[in-house]
Amino acid sequence: MVEPTKKEKFKKIKKTIISQKYLQTMALFGVVWMFIFNYIPMYGLIIAFKEYSIIKTVSEAPWVGLMQFKEFLQDENFWIVLKNTLGISLIKLIIGFPLPIIFALLLNELTSMKLKKAVQTISYLPHFISWVVLGGILTTWLADIGVINDILLGLGLISERTNFLAEPDNFWAIVILSDIWKELGWSAIIYLAAIAGVSPELYESSTIDGANRFQKMWHVTLPSIRPTITILFILAVSGVLNSNFDQILILRNSLNESASNVIDIYVYQMGLQNARYSYATAVGLLKAIIAFILLLSANKIVKKLNGTSLF
Amino acid sequence: MEHLYSKGGEVVFKLFKRNRRTTSEYIFDNINILIMLFICAITIYPIWYVLVNSLNDGVDAMRGGIYWWPREFTLENYKAVFETPGIVTSFGVTIAKTVIGTITHVFFTAMVAYAISRRDLYGRNFYMLVGVITMFFSGGLIPYFLLIRDLGLFDNFLVYIIPTMFNFFHLIIFVSFFRELPTSLEEAAKIDGANDFMIFIKVIIPLSMPVIATIALFQGVYQWNDYFAGVIFVNNPDLQPIQTYLYKVVAESSSNQMMTNAAGSIATKTVTSQSIKLATMVVTTLPIMLVYPFLQKYFVKGMLIGSVKG
Repeated sequence: MVEPTKKEKFKKIKKTIISQKYLQTMALFGVVWMFIFNYIPMYGLIIAFKEYSIIKTVSEAPWVGLMQFKEFLQDENFWIVLKNTLGISLIKLIIGFPLPIIFALLLNELTSMKLKKAVQTISYLPHFISWVVLGGILTTWLADIGVINDILLGLGLISERTNFLAEPDNFWAIVILSDIWKELGWSAIIYLAAIAGVSPELYESSTIDGANRFQKMWHVTLPSIRPTITILFILAVSGVLNSNFDQILILRNSLNESASNVIDIYVYQMGLQNARYSYATAVGLLKAIIAFILLLSANKIVKKLNGTSLF
Repeated sequence: MEHLYSKGGEVVFKLFKRNRRTTSEYIFDNINILIMLFICAITIYPIWYVLVNSLNDGVDAMRGGIYWWPREFTLENYKAVFETPGIVTSFGVTIAKTVIGTITHVFFTAMVAYAISRRDLYGRNFYMLVGVITMFFSGGLIPYFLLIRDLGLFDNFLVYIIPTMFNFFHLIIFVSFFRELPTSLEEAAKIDGANDFMIFIKVIIPLSMPVIATIALFQGVYQWNDYFAGVIFVNNPDLQPIQTYLYKVVAESSSNQMMTNAAGSIATKTVTSQSIKLATMVVTTLPIMLVYPFLQKYFVKGMLIGSVKG
């Protein structure tokens, strides 16, 4: 057989594309959309190395190298912002990551199907409530005349009423607990689905081996859903710097600023409220780089430990 | 004991199972039930609290202590909410953006996903790569903001629709679903002379209702709950979604913006800014609370497809 020449190959490709003109058009809509809404902003990242101002286009703005990054690293807010971002996220990871797994395991052990279904339905509910509404509930509850004060006073745990959202010391706990409250049931869905996919034969054979329910949970269910746990863990680590912007934007105020100023909020304030576009972009880029390094390291470590990984 | 009256084999089995439950397992079961009931209680209660307080006379509610049931039942707060200028418009904007945004998102994402799900599509590996890169890299808030501004979407209703028309993660869920569909129907339609777009409309969409319902729920919730686009891209109050309106009230709760806005409240004097806030929260949340139980069976399946293959 003769090797097809370049021209022939090109002709063949052309023919394939023409025969697929509808499919190609359909796919191209998506590619063009991604080009505009995902890739143009990626190009826009170069303003982190420039001094962009509203009167110039991105390409016209003068280059300033790493000036914006240096400025952030020397800013007095740098350590506060870093501490808050890492602190909130790490605690959220340590407490918030295992809880849905435990919840799914316990839910799976319920013997009454009716109760199981009811608990599931109720636990998803908060996921559908917006952070704005939840922020409204929290500001009402945590205010000095709110329910939380009533309870703590009633129990004798505090002696006078305080506005919890006005105190930086409580802010991390409020953010972490309310996030768990909102997403516990929803996060458990994936694990429940994974548990439902475990082969019944494994349970049968372990019954024959004389395993009780706890042993089955530990030796059958948990190892079976390990790939799911692994992948979600890698994703959670890479998202560790995303300290839930929506939530914090609503709960922060001038009084709790020292505990609520995280990278995303800082970017929002510097960029959109103070119009320091280049500086805010540099801060955002720095965050993205750290997040990407975290993703790669989590992937590598987990791959070494148990073979499953994202890529 | 009622099991004794059922068929023999089954009785033995059930009794056998019951006897196998050890004391520790029995204790575990009961503690487990208690934990689950506790979780349900703390999940439901804050929502209930908002509801009963929104149904109580505002001035009376300021005395506090309304935990389980309205003390002075009234619908005045809700009346005041709907009489607040701008709130009905905001509500309309939210409904419009949710309905239009969800339909266009589902249609557009499914359309692209269908093309990419076809293994014979020339260049599909490249298209997938273009998409996968977007899952890990993005320009971040500021370059995105500048793009929206340069596209002329600022203060434009389309800012809620066009930038959310497509989502690559949702595309993956669609692709894995389309892959499971039998190809014989597509082939039959092709023989009848339908083109690929017609096949997508007439064959694929009707077969894909479970996954369409899942993605529609995800996107519908996102559209309904999103307030941030309204905060940064919209100045015109007539284009402000209800969540953005509520955000401004909650974030600036010290100012009695809502009270001064509420024309009806001056006449009745039983409504407070707090009670209107609670009623607005209920009105904002209720529509989603009403649809989600119906879609529940779909989204569990949808999450599974997304998690296993995504």
